[in-house]
Order: sequence, then structure tokens, then C-alpha cells
Amino acid sequence: MALYNKTAHELHDLLQTKKISAAELTADIFSRIDEVEDKIGAYLTLTRDKATDTAKLVDEKISRGEKIAPLEGIPCAIKDNICTKGIRTTCASKILENFIPPYDATAYAKLAAQNSIIVGKLNLDEFAMGGSTENSGFHTTHNPHDLERVPGGSSGGSAAAVAGGEAVFTLGSDTGGSIRQPASFCGVVGFKPTYGRVSRYGLVAFASSLDQIGPLTRDVTDCALVLNAICGLDEMDSTSTAAPVPDFTKSLVADVKGLKIGLPKEYFVKGIDAEVETAIRNVAKKFESLGAEIIELSLPHTDYAISTYYLIAPAEAATNLERYDGVSYGARVDGADVVEMMTNTRTEKFGAEVKRRIMIGNYALSAGYYDAYYLKALKVRTLIQKDFTDAFKNVDLILTPTTPNAAFKIGEMTSDPLKMYLQDICTVPVNLAGLPGISVPCGVNKNKLPLAFQLIGKALDEETIIKAAFTYEQAL
Amino acid sequence: MNYEAVIGLEIHSELKTATKIFCGCATTFGAEQNTHVCPVCLGLPGVLPTINKKVVEFAIKAGLATNCKINKYSKFDRKNYYYPDLPKNWQTSQYDLPIAYAGHVEIDVDGVRKTVRLTRIHMEEDAGKLVHSGTTIKDSASSNVDYNRTGVPLIEIVSEPDMHSAAEARAYMEKIKSILEYIDVSNCRMEEGNLRADINVSLRPVGSNKLGTRTEMKNINSFKALEDAINYEIERQAEVLDDGGTIIQETRTWNPEKGITQSMRSKEDAHDYRYMPEPDLPPIVTTDEEIEAFRKSLPELPDARRARLIESFGLSEYDAGIITSSRAMAEYFDAVVAGGADAKAAANWIMGDLSKNLNADNLTIENSPVDAKRLAEMIQLIAKGTISGKIAKTVFAEMWKSPAPPTQIVKDKGLVQITDTGAIEGVIDEVIAKNPKAVEEYRGGKKKALGALVGQVMKLTKGKANPQLVNQLLAKKLEA
Amino acid sequence: MKISEQDIKTVASLSRLRIPEEEKDDVLFQLNKILTYVENLQTLDTSNIEPTTYALPMQNVFRADEVKPSLDRELALSNAPLKEDGYFKVPRVLEQA
Repeated sequence: MALYNKTAHELHDLLQTKKISAAELTADIFSRIDEVEDKIGAYLTLTRDKATDTAKLVDEKISRGEKIAPLEGIPCAIKDNICTKGIRTTCASKILENFIPPYDATAYAKLAAQNSIIVGKLNLDEFAMGGSTENSGFHTTHNPHDLERVPGGSSGGSAAAVAGGEAVFTLGSDTGGSIRQPASFCGVVGFKPTYGRVSRYGLVAFASSLDQIGPLTRDVTDCALVLNAICGLDEMDSTSTAAPVPDFTKSLVADVKGLKIGLPKEYFVKGIDAEVETAIRNVAKKFESLGAEIIELSLPHTDYAISTYYLIAPAEAATNLERYDGVSYGARVDGADVVEMMTNTRTEKFGAEVKRRIMIGNYALSAGYYDAYYLKALKVRTLIQKDFTDAFKNVDLILTPTTPNAAFKIGEMTSDPLKMYLQDICTVPVNLAGLPGISVPCGVNKNKLPLAFQLIGKALDEETIIKAAFTYEQAL
Repeated sequence: MNYEAVIGLEIHSELKTATKIFCGCATTFGAEQNTHVCPVCLGLPGVLPTINKKVVEFAIKAGLATNCKINKYSKFDRKNYYYPDLPKNWQTSQYDLPIAYAGHVEIDVDGVRKTVRLTRIHMEEDAGKLVHSGTTIKDSASSNVDYNRTGVPLIEIVSEPDMHSAAEARAYMEKIKSILEYIDVSNCRMEEGNLRADINVSLRPVGSNKLGTRTEMKNINSFKALEDAINYEIERQAEVLDDGGTIIQETRTWNPEKGITQSMRSKEDAHDYRYMPEPDLPPIVTTDEEIEAFRKSLPELPDARRARLIESFGLSEYDAGIITSSRAMAEYFDAVVAGGADAKAAANWIMGDLSKNLNADNLTIENSPVDAKRLAEMIQLIAKGTISGKIAKTVFAEMWKSPAPPTQIVKDKGLVQITDTGAIEGVIDEVIAKNPKAVEEYRGGKKKALGALVGQVMKLTKGKANPQLVNQLLAKKLEA
Repeated sequence: MKISEQDIKTVASLSRLRIPEEEKDDVLFQLNKILTYVENLQTLDTSNIEPTTYALPMQNVFRADEVKPSLDRELALSNAPLKEDGYFKVPRVLEQA
């Protein structure tokens, strides 16, 4: 029985009823990895021994007749910008090539505490800056649906691993769409929770006010299970929310009757691929046929979201990345004095896109430009947030494409960073507003490439998103 | 030309919390290098800061004690600059919304009271420590970094440029130290670096309102260095100006060995700190009720205490000022008075023999071998006439060495004052007999000769005879 | 041109980065393209708009002043590029902070 492409909830039942063992399951995943990883390149580090040890532990528990947790014994993998104690954490950067954290990220620790089986660490764009994994300092990940194409990014490894059967579910991080866009390109479910739902402690910061950890899964049910495992207040993260965490599996109910879903006109204008637009219109019709009400609405400041995002995120990143200086951890390139050493280290070990964003960020923060760039962007962020607040007075959810087009070819956009940035138009407003958003597959285009829609919810209302996404999934 | 110096101080004070400002590491001074560090204060990838509540409370108290307004909405900011003692290469500090602002304190210099305004008080983290392989930073081929001090909480107290002499700057810093000790938020141990100042000095022609170009001297950590550095800098700048030169705005270091300030560098690329709000730390919002509760929790402050000592005990302004300059001394004084001693006598003993002995043995008043209770007992022995003021000095010296009660010491050493007229008269007769010349002189109208005779009596009684009685009896005998 | 060659030099120095001569033109071109794009923000009137620093409103999150264990020193130094006697070791420091 091929196990690698099953969902976590299916596998949980098979484990609990002793139809399969965790050891068997783990072996199956690794044999799948051995088969396809050469072509996909989702991983930066594999942790076979650790995985085997955990599987053994879980099997002993099951053989003793104990009940196991929902994600116990399920093989999963972690984006390599989430710290794992004793396991190399690189952020796909040469500057952290040999960095071994002495501590665990909270989200990872919660999965590990549940005895989820950690298969390895996943590729990404260096420090999560990019939308294709082409900015990885080590290698580019390939889209399992078409190896000539990118898996998206920055959580490209996380999406490709799930799509390619190399992990049952994965954790990614989303600063401007880095979970949802690769989920869309790879045909899997990707969820960015409300800012503060999941602790950021141990997530290597890109842009602190935008970053959020979330799951990439095979279906909406698995998504709810992973959210159950990783959400919650953390005293190590002052921005994590104290709001009670509901049992998200309770929202796995196929019912959208009376639900008001907004369709913002600004997301269906210039640059959007015709096939994508048709797919989303069809999703809207589907929801309508299931009993939801579709309401056209406007988010008037959408056009300013990319500019706002590409000033705020680089500014925060410029300071967040100052710590990589060769002094107390990470790579060091020697120099005659400490300034030269720091400059050599950063110049040689950071990739081009990271350096570009540091430059933009420091320019936007520097004396004389702060008001015109950084402060201006913070003010426009207020306007973008207000757009959503206003919209949610009339609707429960907002439906948009996740991306303006399906997965593009490797190398297609690398020469034009701005063109690459404009790809994020549907996802960045959600991060700027701190809201939850999901990407759900909705068929393929004429090239058999996955397409996806995005549902945006009110702050802390992941439940309505899960309910609607689950309803759509069940209706297929 | 005659110049007026314009001086402003930025005082950094370490707060006496158990843990660092943004993590749970201990703040204990003097630990082995890099043993009080964790992922957070090492600035490892992925870590986040959390605010120590006590730091905020202490900073608010410091603000209220210096008559500041409290910002009801305050936040932290990142102050970016690269330095190896700063793991993140930014210092988490406060920029445009400091916890407290617009305060003032009173200082007294040469009997003149004046007000120094405070611009602001903000919270920030301390940096680590560099240990250089050579004797100075520049002749070291490498340096070693210890991050124990990284993240130790500081408040920075920024004054307006309201001071015009080294003495005023010193009085201001002493006042700040005293206030911080009173409200018990800092140990203020200057030798451990937990109170240090950056000084700004500029000159302008007397009568001018325009500020001159200033220089800055950083990390001054003693009162002597503060005064010396300011006096040197005033003189240096005056010479430059008199020679037709201009002052360069720069940072200078104080070299205590040579007694001069030296240019560190001309700031070719001046720091651009690129302050930005710290997104990892939620803002601090304080209500009026909370501020009032903090205000009520403050102990009596130096100025109020000083006024009370003048009012209630009739101490002089000067004495009351000295007694209240440190909270420990003021509390010691109150305890001596509470122990039954006369207030003025208590003040005199504290400022006199007690302070002299503490200085000589390099002790603080908290560790005084003579506690307030015993000093009170001893002062009462003087008041009752059991010992004379002179003998008391001997008793005090004994008390310094022995924990015995003063009565015991007086008894053991046989220091009880002789008030028995018969005994004293016996000695007087002996002295009169042995000193016919002095007696002759006295009786011849040279009243001053009496002193020498009294001295002889005291000598023979080993100082124990009651001096008033000796005077009386001797005069009576001589005139008889 | 939004950003000048001199700006690039200053910002690179602030960023502790060096831009090699042969990359200068491309860096200048790309940054200008991006900075020109973000100019669209200037068309918005934000004179009465408060800036937003945090994704969602929050305030007063504090920790009690209680000591927690520090890292074992060996572990603290385990990623150090260079260490000596329990210290992190760095090359010559030319300036005081």
C-alpha cells in the first residue's frame, strides 16, 4: 500500500488501528524521498535517524494500546527558517550554512511534543525573500507538477514536499504570501493564520510585523489538525495572541448557507491570467450554488499594497538581518579589522535578493528618506487595514485568486525583481492587515498546472475560513 | 574673552532588577564571561524579546521622582549601529515616545539653589563588554566579547543644557544618584559602571544666548572624572576660541592618567541610527490611575526629607543637605534619633567621626560596625553626663572595634566621668601645689592661666573629670 | 533617477555591504526601478492618517522579573566562528562605539 500520498487523518486511523506501523510509514516516505528528491529538491537537510527513533517510540506506544495524538507518528517537515535544536537551520543562506540552533521554535516544539515524525528541513528563498525558491543559497526546488517550473516561494520546499509525497504535511512561513502562493502553484492547501495565532519564537525573522507560521497540507481537514497543534499564546512571543484557540476540527462542517462572501473588484483587473479569473468566477458560482451569497465589493487601496509591502518588509528585514555579522555565530569571512570582517562576511555570504532588500530597507529608513518612504508606507498600511475593516462590515469572507497566474518557468522572472514582486499582489494585503488567509486548489489550467483561490477572513476568525474551504472541498 | 560654559548630561543608570530587560538571564555583576546569556540576549536567529515588567515600573518611578510627565503611550525602538558588543547590531531603546519627559530637579551649589530641567528618561538595554588583547583598543590585534552585560536594563536620563560649571554638573549628578537610591531602583555603584554619564560641553561669550559647538565625553563613571573632564574641556575650548579657532563637534575621551580629553575621531560618516519602531514589542500604555498609584508608592525624596530635618530638628540647611544626600545616611540618622539621641548631636556624630571612620575603612554606612542603636546609646551617655564629649571619642573608637554596648565599654575601660566633687578637689589641690607659677599669674589677673591648670587636672584624671565641674571648682579655690 | 551613486555608497556602508564596481550599474538600475514604482504612494494624502506599526492592536505584554536558566556556556559558544577562553573572539576593533 502506497502511504506517502495519504492525508494525516487517514494515516492516523491506519496507525491507531494498527493497520500500519509508524516505522513502515516513515520508511515509505523516505523511499519516496529517495525516488523523487533528486528531481524536486524540496529538502536542505534530512533527519532519517531522528525520524526512525520517533517512529519506534510511537509504535511502542501503539503496541501498548495507548491512544495517539492526531499528528503523532505522522511524517512532516519544517521550513528551514524555523529553528530546530540540534538540527542545522540555514534559512537557505550561506551565512547560516552551519548554524545549529541551541533552542527550538515554539511551533516546531509543539509538533515534536506530539511525536510528529520530523523528516527534515525544507528549502526556501534565502531568508524567505522571494516567490520561487530560486533565491535559495543552495539549490532551486522544482514544481512536482512540472519540473521545469518553480514551486513558488518562499515556502517552495514546503509546498513541493507535500505535492511530491515527500512529507504528509509541512510548516511554512508567510510574510507576503510565502505559504499561500507556493501552495497555489503546487496544488496543496496552505494557511496563513491571523498574525499572533502561532508563536513566531524561533521563526527566523524576515519582517517581524508580517511574518506568520502556518501549515501546508493535502486537504482542509489536515490543515485544521495542524492548526490545532501549533496555535496558541506563547510567553516567548509578546505579539502572540491571548485569544482562546478553538478546536478547528469543529469547523469541518460542509455548510455555507447564508455565508456572505465578498469578491473585491480590484483583484480582477490588470495582469490577471484569463484562466485564473475564470477559475475564481467558477469558485464563486460554486459557493453560490452551495447557498452562500456573493457580494461584489471594493478594497480601494489594493493598488498601493505592493509599494507599502516592499518598503515595510525590507525596512524590518534590514534591521532583522543586521545580526548576521560573523561575530558570534554563522559564517565569517576574515578581514583586517572588525568592520572589514563584517562587510566581507555579509557581502560574500548574502545572496543578491537579500542584499537588494537590505539596501532598499536601509534607504527607506535613512536620514532624510524616513518620512517619504518608511513612515509613508506605515500610514498607507493603516488605509489598507481600514479597507478590510470596512469590507468585513458587510461580508464574512473575501474570495480572491491566490496568484495572478499559475506556476511560471524557472528563470522566467529572475532578471526582473520588480516583476517578481508584482506577483504578490493578491497575498500581501492580507499580511499588511494581519488577517488569516487560505489557499485552496481549484482545478488545473490547460497546461495541467494547479490553480487556487484564496479566502480571507476576519482577524481571529480562522473557523469561518475552514468551514467554507471544507465545504468547497467536499463538494468537488 | 569671558565665556560661559553650557553643560548637559546624559546619565545612564543600571536598574536593580533580578533579570535582564528582555530575557530571564540574571543581571548579577562579576559572573564568569558568557555564563549569563541565552538565545534572546545573544540575538540568535529567531528569538524575540519580552519586556521585564519591573523595568517599566522602575522607569516610571524614576520619572515621577524627577518631576517628569509620564507618556501614557510609550514604545520601544531599534537604534541601529554595528558594534561587536551588540549582538543584534541594534540597541533596543526608545526614540520619540520615551517613558518619561519634561522633568526637573533642584540642586544647591555654594548656597545657591537652582533648577536643572530633564528632557526625558528612556529605557534601553546595555551592551556587552569587549576585552582587548592589548593595553588599548587600537593596539589590540583582536578583542574578546563577553555578553553577560548585554540586555542589562538601563534608564538614560537626559538633562537640558542647564548647567554652567563642573560643580553644578557634579551637584546634578549627585542629586540624580541620590534620588535613584531613595526610590531604590538602582544600586548606583559607579565603580561597577552602573551609573555613568555622557557629558556635553560648549562655550559661549558671557551674555550670549546662542549655543556654541559642543563636544561630548562618554562613559564618565566617577564624580572626580566628571569635574576634571569638564574643567579641562572648558579650558581647552576657551584656548581654542581665544586663538581664533573653532570647536569641532566630536566625541572626546577623558584620559584620567594624563588629565586631558582627547579626540576619538572626526565623525567622517556620522551615525545614522535609522531608528524604527520595534515591531516585536507591543506598546506600553499607562493610565492616570496607575501613574497616581506609582506616585503614592514613592518614598520621601531627598528634598522633602531635607526640609523635614530642618523643620523638625532644627538642623542647618548644610547639615540636612549632607545627611539626606544618601538615603542610607538619612535612614541611619532617623534611626539614631528614634533611638533616643538628640538630633543635632546625631548629625554631628554622623558627619564627623562616623563618616571619617567609614571613609578610612572604605565602608558604606549600611555596613558600619557601629549601628544606629549603639550610636544612639552613646550619645545618650553624653547627654546624661556619664561620659564627656571628649571621652566619647575614645568610646566611639572602641565601639568601632568591639560590638559591645557603649555602657559596657565605658565600664570596662573605666571611662565613667568623675563628678564626685571631693575626688576632683583632691586633684585640684595637687595641681595648685605643683604649679605655683600659674597660680600666681592667675591671681595676678592673668585669667588665661586657668586653662593650663584645667588641662593639668584633666590630664591627671585621664580626661574623665567633668570639665565644667573642674572649671568651677578650680576657679573657686583660686579665688578663695 | 531616484537614487544616486553616492546614495548607494552610503546605504551600502550603513548595511555593511560592498558593491563591486561591476555590479554598481545593475544595483542602481534595479533599485531605481523599485523606488520609482513605490512612488505611487506619494499620490495618497496621508496627512491625517496615523502610522501602523503592528499587524493588530496590542499593548502591555510583560514578563515577571524572575530568573530563568541561562545557556550552558559551551552551547552558547557552539556556533562561534572563533572563540577563546569562554569569549567570542573578533578581529581588531578600530573605533569605540
